[in-house]
Order: sequence, then C-alpha cells, then structure tokens
Amino acid sequence: MRLGEVSASRARGDGGLKVALPRGALFDGTLDLLDRIGVDTTSLRSDSRSLVFEADGLMLVTMRPSDVPTYVEAGAADVGITGKDVLLEQRDRAVYELLDLRYGACRLVLAARRGDDALDEAERRLGAMRIATKYPRAAERWFQEAGRRAEVIEVKGSVELAPLVGLADGIVDLVDTGRTLAENDLEVREEITTCTARLVANRVAHKLRAAEVDRLADRMREATG
Amino acid sequence: MIHRIPPGTRDVLPAELRELRRMQGALAAVFERFGYGEVATPTIEYDEVLARGDERGALSAYRFFDADGALLAMRTDMTIPIARVVATRLAGTEPPFRLSYFANAYRAVRPQRGQMREFAQAGVELVGADAPDGTAEVIEVLSAALDAVGLTRAVIGLGDADLYRQLLAELAVPEEPRDRILELLAAHDLVGLEDEVAALGLDSAARETLLRLPNLRGGSEVLDEARHLGGAAVERATERLSATFRAAEARGVGPRINLDLGLLRDLGYYTGAILEVYDPALGHVLGGGGRYDELMGRFGRPLPAAGFALYLERVHVAQAEEERLTTAGAREEGL
Repeated sequence: MRLGEVSASRARGDGGLKVALPRGALFDGTLDLLDRIGVDTTSLRSDSRSLVFEADGLMLVTMRPSDVPTYVEAGAADVGITGKDVLLEQRDRAVYELLDLRYGACRLVLAARRGDDALDEAERRLGAMRIATKYPRAAERWFQEAGRRAEVIEVKGSVELAPLVGLADGIVDLVDTGRTLAENDLEVREEITTCTARLVANRVAHKLRAAEVDRLADRMREATG
Repeated sequence: MIHRIPPGTRDVLPAELRELRRMQGALAAVFERFGYGEVATPTIEYDEVLARGDERGALSAYRFFDADGALLAMRTDMTIPIARVVATRLAGTEPPFRLSYFANAYRAVRPQRGQMREFAQAGVELVGADAPDGTAEVIEVLSAALDAVGLTRAVIGLGDADLYRQLLAELAVPEEPRDRILELLAAHDLVGLEDEVAALGLDSAARETLLRLPNLRGGSEVLDEARHLGGAAVERATERLSATFRAAEARGVGPRINLDLGLLRDLGYYTGAILEVYDPALGHVLGGGGRYDELMGRFGRPLPAAGFALYLERVHVAQAEEERLTTAGAREEGL
C-alpha cells in the first residue's frame, strides 16, 4: 500500500519502524532482501514515483544512498540500508552499523591510465599524486593511513574523465565490473577496500526500540548468512 | 548586508528564550529541591586546567592567548571547572558537595545536524558520595528533572565505562587491536568490530562475549544474559550495574532505566557508571553523565563523584516534539 500522507515530524511517533532504503545500484538487491525476509515489495517495484511505502508494518522510505546516514542520524528514519562506501565517506555520522548485508559488493580502488606511469612518477618525483574522486574524505584518509601524500580533487560527475584530460594523475572510485574503467583505458592499480550494503540504525532507536531493531536485523542476518 | 557570526553559534530571540527560561526555571526548582546549590565559573579557563581533567583534551572549539601569552580555552563542559572549584575554593569544606549549574560550553564539533559549538547545559555534580548510592541519587535528580520539563517518556541509559577496557585486558588483547576495538565500539561500528574480533584468534566463547555485549540493552534481564557470557570483567561490571540499578529502584526510578552494556561515552574522565538520556520523540541523545571517581584526584583532592548534564536546546526540541505528538494524538482521539 502506498502512503497518502506522511507525518512531517522530524521525530518518530509510535508506528512501525521507519526504514530508509537506497535507490540506485543497491535498490534491486535491497528489494530482493526484503522479499526474502517476507516484506511485500510489489508496490516498491511497480511504483517508481512515490517515495514512501508501507509493508509488513514497516514504513519504507526511498532515497539516494548518500542521504541514508543523514536521515538515520537525525532519527527521521530508525534504520536504513546504504553502501559501505557512503559510510566511509560520512564517517562522522553517529549511526550504528549493525550488519554486513553482503550484496552490492563493489571495490573502492586507485586507478590510472593503462600503461601510463604518471601516477608513480608524480609520487616519486613530486611527492604527491593528484587524485580525482567522488570520495574525497575516504581517499584522503586512506592515503594518510599509508603515510602517502595526495592532492585530492573532488568531482561530482564522471570521474574517469579526470586522468584522460590531465586534471589528475589517477582516480579513486567505486568499481563493479570494471567495464567503465576499461572503456576509458583505465586500470586498477591498488585496491582500497570492498564495499557491500550495510544495515545502520539511529542511536536512540537502537536503544528505545531495541526489540524491533534486533528482530529486523536478525531476519536480515538469517537471509544473508 | 551580511554580518556573520562564527559557525556553530547562534542568536536567540524572545519567543524561544522565554521558553528556554521557563525550562531552566523548572530545572532549577528540581535542583534546589534536592539540595544542589547553583554555581558559576569563568567561561574561559587555562588550557592546562582543562587538559588536567581530560588528557585527550583538545576538544574546545576556541583557544587563544591572553595578554601575558598564557594559553586559554573556552570550557568544554562544567564538570572539570567544578572539580577545580571543589579542590580550591571549597578546600576547607567537608564533602559531600551538591552543586548545580546552567552554563554554555564549547566544543570543536562540525556545525549542522543539531550540533553546535556553543551550547547550553544544565546539570548537577555530586562530589564525595560513593557508588552505588551516589550514582542512584544523581539518577533520581535526573529523572525528576526530565519529569519537570515534561519529558515523562524519556529513558535513562545506564552502562559501565570500565567494562571493555577490563574485558580486553582480561582476554590479553594487545594494546594496538585493543585501541582499535575501543574506537570501533565508540563509533558504533559493529560490523568492523566483528572483523577486528575475528582477526584476534580468540576462542569462540571470548569472541561471542565481545560481539554480544554491545547489543545487550533493556531491563534487568540483560544483566543475567551478560553474566551468562562469563568472565571476571563482565562479572564485575554486571555487579556494579546491578548494585546501581537496585539503589535506583529503591529510590523509585528503576522503571526509567535502560541497562545498556553497549554504552560508551566520548569523554575521557568517566569511571564505572555512565548515563545517557533519550526521548522517544527525538533521534538525538539529550544528555549524559556518569561517575568520575578519578577526576578529583587529578586536582589533588581525591573524592568519588558523579553527575549529569542535559543539552538544553535538545531538551527544548524534544519538549516541543512531545507536545506536538500529544496534540496530534488528542486530535485523532477526538475524531
């Protein structure tokens, strides 16, 4: 059933758990997971225009993956699903990371032009690489932890473009099949981490709605285990 | 024309300030009723005084030099200044001390998301009273304070600050992974915790203890579940928690408590009991506190102590949300 009217409250009432769901690359995997734990996703699958749905006593709210931590931290959603890449980029969000849902696996990698040693040259001779990325904070932290220096340049659109036209020596980006990289004559140089979908929870909801949050997490753990 | 104010600060206008003052009045009456006299201290302290209280320090939003070149910092809370007062101005007076305050404090958080660099706190400190009864008294005052501002549904989380440090020492986890695990727990990253614990090569019982504890929260049944996991550190922590819980029950505030073995606070001076305050109407923590039995010793006057602080702006938001929910509920019933 679609929800006609949603409470404009910034806070929670006492209804079912509000669950923030990621549209985009993780959406299909998320719907499959909901199916497996017995939540009816028919309306979610057929109605691409609505943002809020109700099923199995849960209020399902769909949004950009990168907005999920924002809604969950503020308590506008009690729990949510988003990618580890998003959580890495928004580390300072105070949310509980409860469960690795294991689907939607992608690799966060350092990549550069195939057969081109600009990256190594820059690091060796100039002491720092220029790196274009949509994940500036995750990239910065990775370089720092390794004791390496990089000039991180944030871009919003196709990051593959940056090394092709000389904005950067390399990129840090999320890679699924690697096809986009190959099509742009780029190759993986180093792997930073693997990112999968994660279940996160609001701090207060984790305490005050412990039974409901744990029940949902347990069902998801069983379905993904 | 734009005249800026520093990020994380704000101006307060009469409509809001009237409500804040009313709230403060209700809280002040509760503090007074329990015998907690109000104190004021300077907004600025010597940086070394704040660092003495919390060696991780460096939390203040603002530091600067005075005319003599001494490093000053805006206070990050009232607990450390009050510890200083008890050790200096009250040096000739016999404990216990029951003190309360309404004061702005300053922390270097990133603004937005309900976090301000300058924020108002109301709280109490009980210095010279041991656990568990001193802690229970503080919980009783906190409970009465929440009722007084209309947050009758608010819940007090009660945990133990020493549990994980002692547990990891008992399991002989080396320093480096130990610090990482404490960091993961403080960041609420239970997935990362699972990976880190798996890499330690502990036996399955120890592994289960480390992974189950952060999820144990609720009524007194969680203490039984925790004891079931076993180990001396867990035994000691549940013993402490259970004693505090019983003392709070004797004061009639047991039902308000959510026992929580996953609780960690981000200030460095806590020992034993730690507190956090939640209201179902708001997704943010409203306040916190706990015991800091070693803090007074750092100022040369070792005394057991406990206290709490409420974030007044957040309490105000929660109050408004509760009112809104009540009105909405009443309207629905009327239909």
